[in-house]
Amino acid sequence: MSLKWRFAFSFILSMLLFSHSSFAKDPEKGLEIAKEVKARDRGWVDTAADMQMILRAKDGRESVREIRVKTLEVEGDGDKSLTIFDKPLDVAGTAFLSFSHIEGPDEQWIFLPAVKRVKRIATRNKSGPFMGSEFAFEDMVSFEVEKFDFAYLRDDVLDGREMFVVEQIPKDEYSGYTKQVVWVDKEHYRVHQIEFYDRKDALLKVLTLSDYELYEDKFWRAMRSDMDNVQTGKSTTLIVDDIAFKQGLDEKDLDKNALRRAK
Amino acid sequence: MLSKKYFFSFLAFAISSQASAELAFSGSASLQQRSFLQDPAYLNQTSSQASLAFEPTIESAVGDSGYFSFKGFARADQRDSERTHVDIREALYAQYFDNWEVRAGIGKVFWGQTESLHLVDIINQTDFVESIDAEDKLGQPMVDIRYLLDTGTISFFILPYFREMTFPGEDGRLRGILPVDVDNPLYESDDEQSNIDFAVRWQQSFGSLEFGLAYFDGTSRLPQLLLRQNEAGDFVLSPKYNLLQQASIDALYVSGSWLFKLEAIHGNTLDENFSAYVAGFERTIVDFAGSGYDLGVLMEHQYDERDEDPLIFGQNDLMLGARLQFNDFAGSEMLFGFVQDLEESSSYSAFIEASTRLSDRWRLEFNGYFFSSDEISDPLYALRRDDHFTLQLEYFF
Repeated sequence: MSLKWRFAFSFILSMLLFSHSSFAKDPEKGLEIAKEVKARDRGWVDTAADMQMILRAKDGRESVREIRVKTLEVEGDGDKSLTIFDKPLDVAGTAFLSFSHIEGPDEQWIFLPAVKRVKRIATRNKSGPFMGSEFAFEDMVSFEVEKFDFAYLRDDVLDGREMFVVEQIPKDEYSGYTKQVVWVDKEHYRVHQIEFYDRKDALLKVLTLSDYELYEDKFWRAMRSDMDNVQTGKSTTLIVDDIAFKQGLDEKDLDKNALRRAK
Repeated sequence: MLSKKYFFSFLAFAISSQASAELAFSGSASLQQRSFLQDPAYLNQTSSQASLAFEPTIESAVGDSGYFSFKGFARADQRDSERTHVDIREALYAQYFDNWEVRAGIGKVFWGQTESLHLVDIINQTDFVESIDAEDKLGQPMVDIRYLLDTGTISFFILPYFREMTFPGEDGRLRGILPVDVDNPLYESDDEQSNIDFAVRWQQSFGSLEFGLAYFDGTSRLPQLLLRQNEAGDFVLSPKYNLLQQASIDALYVSGSWLFKLEAIHGNTLDENFSAYVAGFERTIVDFAGSGYDLGVLMEHQYDERDEDPLIFGQNDLMLGARLQFNDFAGSEMLFGFVQDLEESSSYSAFIEASTRLSDRWRLEFNGYFFSSDEISDPLYALRRDDHFTLQLEYFF
């Protein structure tokens, strides 16, 4: 073998080895990153936010929903959230209560103001669309490390920022996804992009989180989230108009009774 | 009259006590066309009727932990003078304490879990002229005191004034051969409409189980219809409201895509002891066949021992239904149902309820109801020629 060939061979071999090591899935590193993401977002206690959801059809038609969301951090379990719909007016006063759990299925109820009825929602509905948007119910609940299996995939650069790319596989059989691929920035461990893969393992949606703002000197919140459905061409933009932390909410503000008196 | 006086003094109190609070106005106005598919069964009945309805709402927070809400209702019907009516659906002051909630005024409460029938739901009277589906309710004067538990509630109700069921008039459809003489109701209680009714309810969530127990002691919401001669010598049906003690249980169990539902009652009146239940399931299939639609399949069995009552349709009936949610911009949805009498094959009914949003302020609703019976003794027989559609356009403000 000539020197030239030997050099070429070792180059190819090293490329293979290198690429193999860089593309190998690393579950431990993936879990570490996920834990750090969660750890940096602990202790916010509660939030109250006013949001707009802008639904876009393939042809560009838009429809706007206005919602208010109260969220309570729960020690040792998933968060609780109460969403009140203000617009469109025909569903004004409808309220949605969600308890996210680390173990076992989440619990969800909806309050229908016209008939004053609180209805329990089937657990399986989590993969269904939230208010006709491109967000599924399961996209709206809190991120819990215990709900996924992780694997670190690679490093990447997104919008000039150094990122970890982590794969997360939902453990829940009722999830609408086989996997999610998440871009997390190395500086603050904030999520910037998520690719959602459907039950056939095809890319379904891409979520882009932007306009991050810092609250309480610790908690980063994306003021804008764009969910693009790459299969249907439809998209939804979630905009946070206002968010306040530590509003003194407690369990009683986020239970079935609160659902009934939500205004 | 009593209810009006009590309402206005209450309203005055609520407004004066919070003159500086911010009032929020909202509501809706709607235009409805009802068209019947067959010729009427009885004289004077209409074949179509147009109507207008108006539902204004005023709400206001009172201090940190109080709330006042008013919801009026008015419908003007082209043909049926009984369907032209006004009601105060809600005029309620609520005060929230740490573990207690107190509500006083006119209000609306819903109890129960099933879809095809609401046996357990007893606080509010049915506004039967509004729709044959009996989902519309009249405002009920009440004091409602709730004690809040960890994942549940115990509620005590004092109901000082009775509301009579509304019935279509002589020109209206969806009635029996004789109109109901709503101006001359009969009561078992000597206090008539002023009989004070009581109710207590415990409702609790146990993880995947929703559970409710209730007891009611007062005037039955459901009247007997007695054949009598009025002062003019004409035969009429007089509603008679007996006293009733009723215990009820309702439950829902959620498991994956399944919801299992049960409502059961046991009642005791002057004439009878009776039991009734509705039990069934709803199964939801998200993204049905890749359509993006959610499909719910429902089945419920209705059983009722009161088999001579013209206002009870489900003696031993099976309901099959399908709910479609289109998950579109317009929030479009459709519910189909078919109810078969298991003892009388000619007796069945069907319905479709569909609605879609036309814009941020307009919603279109289309409902259809179909009835069939060859059996004269069956309550459905009176409605056998009353198949109808309603088309409703509603504006929200």
